[in-house]
Amino acid sequence: MSTAYAQKNGFFAGLWDYLTTVDHKKIAILYLIAGGFFFLVGGIEAMLIRIQLIQPDNEFVSAGLYNQLLTMHGTTMIFLAAMPLIFTLMNIAVPLQIGARDVAFPFLNSLGFWLFFFGGVLLNCSWFMGGAPDAGWTAYAPLSTTSPGHGVDFYVMGLQISGAGTLIGGINFLVTIINMRAPGMTYMRMPLFTWSSLVTSVLILFAFPALTVGLFLMMFDRLFGANFFDPSMGGNHVIWEHLFWIFGHPEVYILVLPLFGLFSDIISTFSKKRLFGYSAMVFATVLIGFLGFMVWAHHMFTTGLGPVANSIFAIATMAIAVPTGIKIFNWLFTMWGGSIRMTVPMLWTVAFIPSFTLGGFGGVMLAAAAADYQYHDTYFVVAHFHYVIVGGVVFGLFAGLTYWWPKMFGTMLNEKMGKLAFWPFFFGFHLTFFIQHFLGLMGMPRRYWKFQPDQGLEIGNLVSTLGAFLMAIGTIIFLINVVITTIKGEKVSGDPWDARTLEWSIPSPPPFYNFTQTPLVRGLDALWVEKRHGNGKMTPAEPLGDIHMPNNSFIPFMMSLGLFIAGFGFIYQVDNSSYLILAVLGMAITLLSMFVRSVKDDLGYHIHKEDLEKGAGSE
Amino acid sequence: MARDTNSTSTEFYRKKNKEEMKYQLVTFAAMIVFTLVSFGLVIGEFHPMFTIPVIILLACVQVAFQLYYFMHMNHKGHGLPALFLYSGVFVAILTILAMVTIVWW
Repeated sequence: MSTAYAQKNGFFAGLWDYLTTVDHKKIAILYLIAGGFFFLVGGIEAMLIRIQLIQPDNEFVSAGLYNQLLTMHGTTMIFLAAMPLIFTLMNIAVPLQIGARDVAFPFLNSLGFWLFFFGGVLLNCSWFMGGAPDAGWTAYAPLSTTSPGHGVDFYVMGLQISGAGTLIGGINFLVTIINMRAPGMTYMRMPLFTWSSLVTSVLILFAFPALTVGLFLMMFDRLFGANFFDPSMGGNHVIWEHLFWIFGHPEVYILVLPLFGLFSDIISTFSKKRLFGYSAMVFATVLIGFLGFMVWAHHMFTTGLGPVANSIFAIATMAIAVPTGIKIFNWLFTMWGGSIRMTVPMLWTVAFIPSFTLGGFGGVMLAAAAADYQYHDTYFVVAHFHYVIVGGVVFGLFAGLTYWWPKMFGTMLNEKMGKLAFWPFFFGFHLTFFIQHFLGLMGMPRRYWKFQPDQGLEIGNLVSTLGAFLMAIGTIIFLINVVITTIKGEKVSGDPWDARTLEWSIPSPPPFYNFTQTPLVRGLDALWVEKRHGNGKMTPAEPLGDIHMPNNSFIPFMMSLGLFIAGFGFIYQVDNSSYLILAVLGMAITLLSMFVRSVKDDLGYHIHKEDLEKGAGSE
Repeated sequence: MARDTNSTSTEFYRKKNKEEMKYQLVTFAAMIVFTLVSFGLVIGEFHPMFTIPVIILLACVQVAFQLYYFMHMNHKGHGLPALFLYSGVFVAILTILAMVTIVWW
């Protein structure tokens, strides 16, 4: 009789369970809590920015604080909110969609989360330790290398640690999707969300090293007296721009591609139709990933790369509109003639299509290098990237969280409240950002603390700020919905949406070993095939047998904690070399944890067949 | 009967291993020759515009030998590792190319 999975009760037992968990479903919840928290922090920063710009010549925040707010808003939203929330969706859905019991490396999954978490906390500690980074989320040299105080040091160390976590997560999903698909789940039968997660993981694998290198150079410049970005010492500050955008442009596709996949799944589910042009969608996803690596210099048209380089990157950028257009049309054609149910996830998805397309048009305008000299560093750019990131990523996260909420928690978010959250957010979003296109064309530069009266910018900024308040109201209603749903706790079936893919063939929330028997996949939309041509249940691909499970581990937490402590040591050793003790101590904790992990055999445990028959683990 | 199939299969593998060993020795010899040639070019003080490209070319061939003969990428089932390897090489070359042409040139 195995007791390894016996439930312990009490708050601290539950907390310990989450601190040590290697279960992808629990790690998804950890990512959701941490990412959701940072999303709110980034949102508050955004609200403060908009309040400062509500009227000309406003004195709501000081100039220095404004710089910190806008830097931290961008950094937080990209690295600490959007990325982890995407990892939430990938963690909850990818293993279930391919019929796997967990990701390929459960230990690394946990390590990836804790590295991200401690990196994010380190970055935000800067608020209480002499000021946050203030050189923009792009941290261009020489502004960043000469920025006084420790703000940018926190940026460098925080992103380095959380970036390592992201890289680990990406590699993990890559191996999971390639190696752990259930029998019959060929590449061309994978749900689009899994496909786009695969391509995203490839992008993470190849893009994040550029950031790592850039951050290391920056770290040595700022903390150890190197001169990589100092032209007067033989360095070159344009290298930072290149390294940052070689990472940064794939990064925006890392953000949006998984949600493209998610929208494809949602549209096909709620139109009750097979996705139109499945193979074209796969092709377009891969093509976007491929092209995403050759367009980074379109962020640098005004840097002075010369007309030839500008033309090459302009054309490559415009080419991306082609696969994106393929996707937009395929979504429309999937809905055409389908029996559409306007549930909350579908509502966000339908709103996403025109919103994202508008952002895409702005993108093609910006891609024209000659015209970009007019738009560069104005609110036109701000409007464009908020249209694609909010209209694509944030809409997608709301859709995805609502869609997979039953799979994560076993309860359904209230549909009426969901719609009530959607409308203010949707209108607020367009009010905030549409008018910023025109503010930009009128010449309002981005990142400025103030704008002056009598330049025709008052109305536009006022409307923009009012829109931001509507978005905040929408977010708050979503949060209230979460609280109410959790308190009520009405359990739902395993398949509340009448959906098509494998994750809906098991109970909600799934038992911790996911599939009692690995399912046999007989076609695209595996569950739908069984609903139409079988008895509505997946056919097992194996007899009932013992299931091998990994043990929980506290080591990932300790490894990340060590780097967190070492980060402070590296930052403050500039002031006083005795802080190096912290760096040594932190690295010792990390290395010791790695040593323990290496020498201690951890073979996991088995759930026995007899216990499975008695229904172990299922609630 | 069963014993027969067994013996033919061991014979098959023995033959195959022998062949592989031969390839490994040949590539090993070739790699040593390449290294000697590289040293020879430098010692012989040929023109750098000749020496540098030749050494880089020989280095690339050595890497390929290493990957395909010593790390067994010539065996079946290495399609995906090869795909990722070449994607990584592609991204790295693109980066270096851009740096060389628009930053440092």
